[in-house]
Amino acid sequence: MAADERFARDFREARGEEPEGTRNEIVTGPVSDWAADFSHTEPEWAADPYPIQDDLRQRCPIAHTERFGGGWLPTRYADVAAIAYDTERFSSRSIIMSNFRPPRDVAPIGGSPPISSDPPFHRDARKLLLPAFTKTAVARQEPATRALCHSLIDAFDGQVVVDAARDYAQHIPMRVIADMLGFPPADGPQFRQFVENTLEGINLPPDERIARMSALFDYLLAQIHDHIDNPREDLTTFLINAELYGRKLEPSHVAGTMALLLIAGIDTTWSAIGASLWHLARVPADRERLVADPALLPAALEEFLRAYAPVTMARLVKQDMQWHGADMKADDWILLSFPAANRDPAQFDRAAEVVIDRQVNRHAAFGLGIHRCVGSHLARMELRVALDVWLSRIPAFTLADPSAVTWSTGQIRGPRALPLRLG
Amino acid sequence: MKIQIDSEVCQGHGRCYDLAPSLFGDDDEGYGQVLRTGLVPPGEEQSARLAVANCPERAIELIEET
Repeated sequence: MAADERFARDFREARGEEPEGTRNEIVTGPVSDWAADFSHTEPEWAADPYPIQDDLRQRCPIAHTERFGGGWLPTRYADVAAIAYDTERFSSRSIIMSNFRPPRDVAPIGGSPPISSDPPFHRDARKLLLPAFTKTAVARQEPATRALCHSLIDAFDGQVVVDAARDYAQHIPMRVIADMLGFPPADGPQFRQFVENTLEGINLPPDERIARMSALFDYLLAQIHDHIDNPREDLTTFLINAELYGRKLEPSHVAGTMALLLIAGIDTTWSAIGASLWHLARVPADRERLVADPALLPAALEEFLRAYAPVTMARLVKQDMQWHGADMKADDWILLSFPAANRDPAQFDRAAEVVIDRQVNRHAAFGLGIHRCVGSHLARMELRVALDVWLSRIPAFTLADPSAVTWSTGQIRGPRALPLRLG
Repeated sequence: MKIQIDSEVCQGHGRCYDLAPSLFGDDDEGYGQVLRTGLVPPGEEQSARLAVANCPERAIELIEET
C-alpha cells in the first residue's frame, strides 16, 4: 500500500509550538459563594455537587464565576435544554471548561469533531460515526463485554473487599473502546493516564497541560501509522479511509475524532457503572429488589443515569448578550450541567429520590439536541451488562469504608476508589 | 391511535425502540422509525404512551383517533 502522505509529517507542526488562543489566570481554592464564584474543580463539588446545585436552582438559578476567565452555570432543566438547543448563540468549539480558550477560527470544526463542532460541519462529521454506534451495531460487542465482566469477577478470586471502580468499572469501557478502535488491549493503563490528563488536569499550568495532551496525540499518531501499514476492520482504519466532501479527512480530524472516542468512551461509562454500584452498595432495598427481579434493570439503569449523570459539557458564548437575566459576554463559558438538569423538581417528580422503577424518565444524561452522545447505545449496553453480570455473581455487597470512596474532579463525575465488601 | 416521529427533532436516543420495540425500530444511523404505518394495534396503547413520555426530545406525536 502506498504511504498515506497526510500522516507523513506530524500535522501539529503546521500550527507551531504554542497553540494560539486565550489563557487566563488560574484561580483555585475554596469557594465562599457558589452563586458568584463557582468552581467544578474544587473538592467540595467533586464530593457532592447535588446540594450545591439544588441550592443554586432555588435562589439563582444561573450561577456565575470569574474563575476560568468567566463563566455561567445554569441549574434548571429548562435553561440547560435551551442552551443545548441554541447552537446559534452557544458554540461547542471548546467543551472542557478550563483556563484556555481555543481561537475562534477553530470553529466550526474544533479539535475533536464532532463533539467540538458547530453547524453546518457538525452534521457531516457526526454522520460518519453514527452507523458504527447504533444499538444494532454495538450489540456485536455484547458477548465480549459479558465475557470480560465475568473474567474481571473471576479475578477477584475470593477477596472479601474489592475496589469496584479500579478493578471492575474502569476496565469495561477501556477494553470495549480499545477493541473498537483497534488498539492493543494491554495499553489500557496508558488510556487511564490520557483520560485523567484531559479531564482532570484542568488547573495545571498551560505548558504542563499541553505537554500531557501531546502524549495522547503521540500515541494516536503511532496507532494511525500502524493502521496505515496494517489496515484492519476497526474504527481507526475506517477514519483513515473516510471521506467528507469528496476528500479524505484532514489528519487533525482523524486524530481528533480518535481522541474523542477514546477519552469520551472510557471515563463516562466507567463513572456510570461505578456510581450505580455505589448506589446499590448503600441502598440494600434497591439491590435486593433488582436481584429478585432482574427485569427491573432497564428502568433502574435509566434512573441511575438520571440521578448520577456522569457528564457535564461546556459551551462558549458567541457574542455579548442578555440571556435569561444573565449579562453574558463573548467567550464566557457555560458549564452545561446535565446532572443539575436531571434533578430539577420542575421537570421530575421526586427529583431528589432514586426511584428504580420510574416509568417516565425523560432525563438528559446523554445530552439534548444535535450533540446527543454518539456512544449512548454503547454506554447503555456496557452499563446493562456490567450490572447484570455483577448482580448475578455478587448479589450481596456493601461499602467497605464509606470514607474511602473518592470521586473524579471536573466535568465527568464518578467513583475512582470504591472499596466494596462482598457477601 | 397513531404514532409519528418528527425526524427533524429526533436525535437517535433510541428510547422509543428500547421501550416499544413492536412499534418502533432504528434506521442505519440510529434514528427512530415508526414500524409499518404507525397505527397502534389494540393492546399496545400503553407502550406507545410510554415511548412518547420517555422521548428526551419530545419527537413522538400520538394521534388519538376518535
